[in-house]
Amino acid sequence: MKKWLKWKPYIPLYLMMIPCAAYLLVNNYIPMFGIIAAFKKFRVTEGILGSPWVGWKNFEYLLSSGDLAIIVRNTLLYNATFIVVNTIIGLFLAILITEIKSPRMKKLYQSSILLPFTMSMVVISYVVFAFLSQQNGMLNHSIFKDNPVQWYSDATWWPLILVIVECWKNVGYGALIYIAGIANIDKSLYEAGAIDGAGKWKQIRHVTLPALVPSIITLFLLSVSRIGYSDFGLFYLIPQNSGTLFNVTATIDTYVYGSLMSPGGIGRSAATGLLQAVVGFVLILVVNGIVRKMSSKDAIF
Amino acid sequence: MIEKKWYQVVFNSILIIVALIMILPLVLLFISSITNENTLVANGYSFVPDKLSLGAYEYIATNYATIGRAYVISILVTVLGTTMGLFITSMMSFALSIKNLPGSRVISFFVFFTLLFNGGLMPSYVLWTSLGVVNTIWAYVLPFWLTNAFSIILVRSYFSANIPDELYESAKIDGAGFFRIFLKMAIPLGKPILVTIGLFSGLLYWNDWQNGLYFITDSQYLSIQAMLNKMNQNLQAVLSNSSYASSGAVMNLPQVSIRMAIAFVAILPILVAYPFLQKYFASGIMQGAVKG
Repeated sequence: MKKWLKWKPYIPLYLMMIPCAAYLLVNNYIPMFGIIAAFKKFRVTEGILGSPWVGWKNFEYLLSSGDLAIIVRNTLLYNATFIVVNTIIGLFLAILITEIKSPRMKKLYQSSILLPFTMSMVVISYVVFAFLSQQNGMLNHSIFKDNPVQWYSDATWWPLILVIVECWKNVGYGALIYIAGIANIDKSLYEAGAIDGAGKWKQIRHVTLPALVPSIITLFLLSVSRIGYSDFGLFYLIPQNSGTLFNVTATIDTYVYGSLMSPGGIGRSAATGLLQAVVGFVLILVVNGIVRKMSSKDAIF
Repeated sequence: MIEKKWYQVVFNSILIIVALIMILPLVLLFISSITNENTLVANGYSFVPDKLSLGAYEYIATNYATIGRAYVISILVTVLGTTMGLFITSMMSFALSIKNLPGSRVISFFVFFTLLFNGGLMPSYVLWTSLGVVNTIWAYVLPFWLTNAFSIILVRSYFSANIPDELYESAKIDGAGFFRIFLKMAIPLGKPILVTIGLFSGLLYWNDWQNGLYFITDSQYLSIQAMLNKMNQNLQAVLSNSSYASSGAVMNLPQVSIRMAIAFVAILPILVAYPFLQKYFASGIMQGAVKG
């Protein structure tokens, strides 16, 4: 009875939680149990629960096919490159933008670097196609006029193209975070620097950059914790899902989708997804532990 | 003073180039959509085409059924997904923001754990498919995007920081008071964060093509983004569903420019709203700061 009295006033609150909790249960938790499909030979008619167990077969196939090595290598290398490139260019843009005196220009620059972020990857794939299309592309009609490149089947340029597209779309996001970080720096530090005769470059090097180190490291570590996940749209749409580019454009996520849609590939898809989730789980715990040690307020938990 | 001006000139010049790099590709998209089809095929995509034409837009205007339908689906999905998501997110966040709520630690963990682990695409695909979302509007609204632990935590912190504890105490005395406080106090007080979350969610829904890829097989239910994705593979398959297929209109359609025109129509709402919304996007990113 006593216990009931303690809970009673809160009943409306529990009712308010139900829709969201139910959604998380269906959308997030039930699929977690679906990982057993990685150890099964999936049959549509029998569902995940009814399909027969096959032990590690799906994983063995993954390893023996050689696909795993390619997609893991691509995912890691691309993400590592994105992290480095976005940090450097993002910082560079943030510093330039905060130095601009005219508030109107400042606002204009800020809005323009964030604009690509609001575009869908499908639309971006159309824009990229306008540049790269074999017959009508801008590049083959200008710079590469004399020896046109078969962009969508020639792997040479794809690492560069994907890095450029990713940076173009997302660099504004990181730059804005750094701009917010710079805005929080104590202005008197710059004034003190100016009195000591420090020029712009010295102020940036000795005041701005050191002050940004915590947010750079936190952003960096958070990206590291997601290094096993890739932007599906970037790797699936921008290369137009071209099979000949598999070696340089396939990542774990495109592979998970590709196997899911190919006949008999469902088990492989589940196995790859499980590997990705487990590695992601371990990484986020490790990274959070590190962030917590360095600056506990930035830790995710 | 001279030195200062020198910096401004250099920094501004660099940033103008950067701004152009950011904007020009979208300008190319628009110009391609109003380029004469024959010019496009002969000279390729160009910023300064020899001959302009509104042919692609005329085609869209006369065959508005297919594209109009996709557009309506996109609008519906964006509105439904954003409002439903905001509703369930804010209720959960409100409940969790209440101090001393028995069991709130367990529920917080239940929410939070979804950030750490997931079942991957395959189980989600099988589950949502078996729940019957395939070829319905719910295929866009429900799977993956409705809410997430990050938004719930963000809104909860906002509520805890901005709603005074005394309000909760008074609500506790007459049990049903929590509903009233949620509607009359929490929602208005939480407006800044709810607008930000809603905006990002709206953008996500408008731009989503993945759920269309996974769950839509019937062209009738394509959203505008899902349609663009499908057109990438086969323009005619998508447009031949329109009633004009038999009249031969499909054969004459300006294939190259029409893709660009539909893509431009798809980003138009964002471009129109962007000048007004960009400050919310910017402040949203800065608030979520590092954890985004």
